[in-house]
Amino acid sequence: MSIEVSPSPISNTLVDKDAYLSGLLDKVVASKSEGWLQDVRESAADWVRQLKLPTTRDEEWRFADLSSLREVQFNVETFLPNITPFVLPEANNNCLVFVNGVYAPELSAVSGLPDGVVVSNLANLPGGYDERVRQYLAQASGNSEVFTALNTAGMTDAAVVWVGKNVVVETPISLVFVAVGEGRIALPRCLMVAESGSQVTLVEEYTNRTDAKNSEEERVYFNNAVTEVWVEENAQVSHTRIECDGAEAFHVGKTAVMQARCSRYSCNAVSLGARFSRHNLEIFQTGEQTETTLNGLTMIKGKQLGDTHSAIALNHPHSVSRQLHKCIVGDRAHGVFNGKVFVPKPAQLTDARQLNRNLLLSSKARVDTKPQLEITADNVKCAHGATVSQLEDDEIFYLQSRGIDANDARNLLINAFAAEIINQIPISSLRETLTQTVSRF
Amino acid sequence: MIIENSEVVLSVRDLTANVNGTPILKGVNIEVKSGEVHAIMGPNGSGKSTFSKVLAGHPAYEVTGGEVIFQGQNLLEMEPEERARSGVFLAFQYPLEIPGVSNLDFLRVAYNSRRKAQGLEEIDAFDFDDLIEEKLDVVKMNPAFLNRSLNEGFSGGEKKRNEILQMALLEPKLAILDETDSGLDIDALKIVANGVNQLANPENATIMITHYQRLLNYIVPDYVHVMAQGQILMCGGKDLALELEARGYDWVLEGTEVGV
Repeated sequence: MSIEVSPSPISNTLVDKDAYLSGLLDKVVASKSEGWLQDVRESAADWVRQLKLPTTRDEEWRFADLSSLREVQFNVETFLPNITPFVLPEANNNCLVFVNGVYAPELSAVSGLPDGVVVSNLANLPGGYDERVRQYLAQASGNSEVFTALNTAGMTDAAVVWVGKNVVVETPISLVFVAVGEGRIALPRCLMVAESGSQVTLVEEYTNRTDAKNSEEERVYFNNAVTEVWVEENAQVSHTRIECDGAEAFHVGKTAVMQARCSRYSCNAVSLGARFSRHNLEIFQTGEQTETTLNGLTMIKGKQLGDTHSAIALNHPHSVSRQLHKCIVGDRAHGVFNGKVFVPKPAQLTDARQLNRNLLLSSKARVDTKPQLEITADNVKCAHGATVSQLEDDEIFYLQSRGIDANDARNLLINAFAAEIINQIPISSLRETLTQTVSRF
Repeated sequence: MIIENSEVVLSVRDLTANVNGTPILKGVNIEVKSGEVHAIMGPNGSGKSTFSKVLAGHPAYEVTGGEVIFQGQNLLEMEPEERARSGVFLAFQYPLEIPGVSNLDFLRVAYNSRRKAQGLEEIDAFDFDDLIEEKLDVVKMNPAFLNRSLNEGFSGGEKKRNEILQMALLEPKLAILDETDSGLDIDALKIVANGVNQLANPENATIMITHYQRLLNYIVPDYVHVMAQGQILMCGGKDLALELEARGYDWVLEGTEVGV
């Protein structure tokens, strides 16, 4: 059932060792797990040993230069600092908090969920779920890609959201991954399984924001996150992902989504933080008549790099996909978008649309965009496009001529550009927070 | 209407302006008093639209000389938003489409910025809804347009109506209508003209900039000015427009060449 897009494993003898990656691997595999989890981790570690970190010579990483990551020696931390993270008011009873990738039970709260729904960390799963989780965890396609495998190799725990057959979860489920401390690597991991006919809203947030407001803004750390989402037959998942890491952080995140027949998946991915941020969003269709909606917003300034690589791999007929990705790039920041849609022969009657729109706020800001449709089916509707624009003087003047001052006019226009994505987010408090963030941009 | 001894709203003396280094306005003079409706006519490229943009403060137009006094204040020293707040309104020839900004929100923000400048309290969304309801009637606009993005996907006539709606809301002291009639069919023109006529009163003044005499059948001016080559070459009453329609603009240009 899985579709492989990662490079085929290369024989050990042909590869020069990546010493930096080996060092990182040694650190993340140091603490061992029990039973099947350790087996999964070890086979992932074997993959990592055969791989190297990508460089800008790799097409997929052409604009995302990891050399500054290599300059930092990251460590794994297992202690839990005493913090109070920000939690969504809509989800304060359905929230799991992980600090540096480690589950923080005293900060988490899970209550009042319908029968058949499990929101738990891996280590504390209720009886009977362990075997079921094993069928899914680290099984999504693309699991041998280097950062994904590194995460799996070091996986000591994970957030697990399991929604049973035909269960509708009314309240959103929130997963918060907080980063604190200097120079460490965290491996946030999340597994969501929405069984057939179920319906759920998931909010996944990466942040260094805590209520303590300690001046830890400028810390260097590395979040290497992996989320697997299984949307079973006729199930519906609304997924919101907010990356709001610290200004000096590195963030490499993978979202792998397996979509079964007649399932509906929508993702709102917002990237605001980190000096280096990469989101790999991969959708694998395993049955016909799926619906996929991907909305993305990257908002970066200073010297930030914000890179989104998405892939929708269709392999069955009658699917609909809609993608809108927007980048707002200020100062000397660099936005990257690469969106692939694969429409092979079996995926007849596909209706796929993709649009990437970019707003550059300064003359030094840069965007590289590559919408990429690969179509071999002959009876499909597919469209893609990309635009790059700046704030128009005439637009600002029009607003000024109605009494709105130049600065407010600029903000109004930037807000309007971002609002198209932000308004898709189903959580009102998040919409408000993001709107405020945009106003201060 | 021409009123004896009414206050001078706008006084322009020897105004010159450049666009990208090219002189466009070459000494414009005009005086507009409260209650009056002025029409500025002229061939394409005569500087009519430049004049209107200079009055509104467009940054692409560089004023190189002369003065513009609006209600005793030096207009040229004011930012575009300050001009708007103190009562200058430009109805655009090509109103801009701004996706993502709701027409209603935009109108409220604009209205409140004018209120603030007048030392009045800002009004909330609820009260504003009542107010705008009343103003919609001036241009017979469908309330559905309020919830759409500003001008996005509006037809030419709808955009011009939306301009007059903004004018009705902001109640300017001086309204400058830049080619408000261009591209309108006769029904839309009547609605827009009717809106402008409703808003004109002894306390405000209007400058209409137009290429066509047709508009002046519906909004009757007190004075007609003919602009060409960056200057106002001729002034007269409303009959001048008819003469222009009959004889064309060349007649005015020829007249100046021989020093008339």
